Amino acid sequence: MHPKVRQIEAMAQAEAFEMRKAKASEMSPEIPSFRPGDTVKIAVRVVEGEKERIQNFQGVVIARRGSGMNETFRVRKISNGVGVERIFPVNSPIIQSMTVLKSGKVRRAKLYYLRGMSDKKIRQKLS
Amino acid sequence: MSAILGRKLGMTSIYTEDGRFVPCTVIEAGPCPVVQIKTTENDGYEAVQIGYEEIAERKVNRPMKGHFAKNDAPLSRHLKEFRQLVDKVKAGDVVTVEMFSQGDKIKVSATSKGKGFQGVVRRHHFGGVGMTTHGQSDRPRAPGSIGSSSFPSRVFKGMRMAGRMGGTRITVRNLEILRILPDQNIIMVRGSIPGALNSVVEIVKL
Repeated sequence: MHPKVRQIEAMAQAEAFEMRKAKASEMSPEIPSFRPGDTVKIAVRVVEGEKERIQNFQGVVIARRGSGMNETFRVRKISNGVGVERIFPVNSPIIQSMTVLKSGKVRRAKLYYLRGMSDKKIRQKLS
Repeated sequence: MSAILGRKLGMTSIYTEDGRFVPCTVIEAGPCPVVQIKTTENDGYEAVQIGYEEIAERKVNRPMKGHFAKNDAPLSRHLKEFRQLVDKVKAGDVVTVEMFSQGDKIKVSATSKGKGFQGVVRRHHFGGVGMTTHGQSDRPRAPGSIGSSSFPSRVFKGMRMAGRMGGTRITVRNLEILRILPDQNIIMVRGSIPGALNSVVEIVKL
C-alpha cells in the first residue's frame, strides 16, 4: 500500500473514532483488544426513523479478518433458540462501546465449528 | 470547469459524516504548472497545456527545454492539453487540487490495466456455446458462428472476437469527490477509477 494511502487510512480511522466519541456519553469509545473466542458485549447505535437508541449485542467472537479500514469481526449469539451472527467493522462508528466479558481459550482463528454446538458444548469449548 | 493531472495511489474506505461506509480512491494530483496557452490565432484551436511531475534537467531534451523556457514553466514529465481550462488560467499559473471542491462531480480518464489476449466470454461477455455434457468437451467458451456461408463469403468488419483486451483509454463519468487535502495535493474520489496503481490519470470537473 502506498504510504500516503496508509496515512489516509489512519486519518479515516481517527475520524471514525471521533464520530464514535462524539456520540458516546459516559461509555468508553475505545475498542479493547480482543480475539476469537472472547465473549463480548457491544453497544450498537440503532437509528429508528428520527430516534437513536443503544442496543446491546452480546456473544462470542468467532472470526476476525481484514486489516485497516476493512477489518471486521463476526459475533455469534443464540437469541430465542436461534443462532444469530452479526459482522461488525472494527472501526464502525455505530459501535458505541465494546467490552470483553470473558476471554476464551481456543486454538483456532476461525471458530465456525461452534455453529452446530449447543450452549453447554460451546461453554466447555471456550474454557 | 477545471482539469488536473494526477497519479492513482490506491484505494481504501472511509466513513462519511452520516456514517455510511464508502469505498474511495486516493489520487495525488498536481501541482500542474501551465506550460502553454494555445490560441485560435496561433494554433487554430483553444486549449491550455499543463505539466505534471517535475523532472531533472538532464532527462529533458533540448527542443522540450525550449518549449518549457518559452513560458518560464518548470520541466515536467507529463504534458496534457485541456480545453476545460481555457479562460480559467493564464501563463505562469499553477493548477492545484484547490480548483476542485468536495461534492463536485468529475470524470476520470486513464489507461486501463492490460488484460492480455482474452477470449470472447471475458472480452465481450458472450455466453459461450452449449454445455459441458452430451459428449461435448470443448465448446463452453467458444464464440459460435461468426457469419453466414457463401453469401457474403467474408466476415463482417468489427465482428467481436477474441483479442487483446485492456490497455485502452477509459473514462468514468459522474464520480463524486469525497475529500480534498490541499496540503498533500490529494483528491479522494468515491468508487474506483481506471488504471493500475501509480498510473497517470486526468481529472475533469463535469
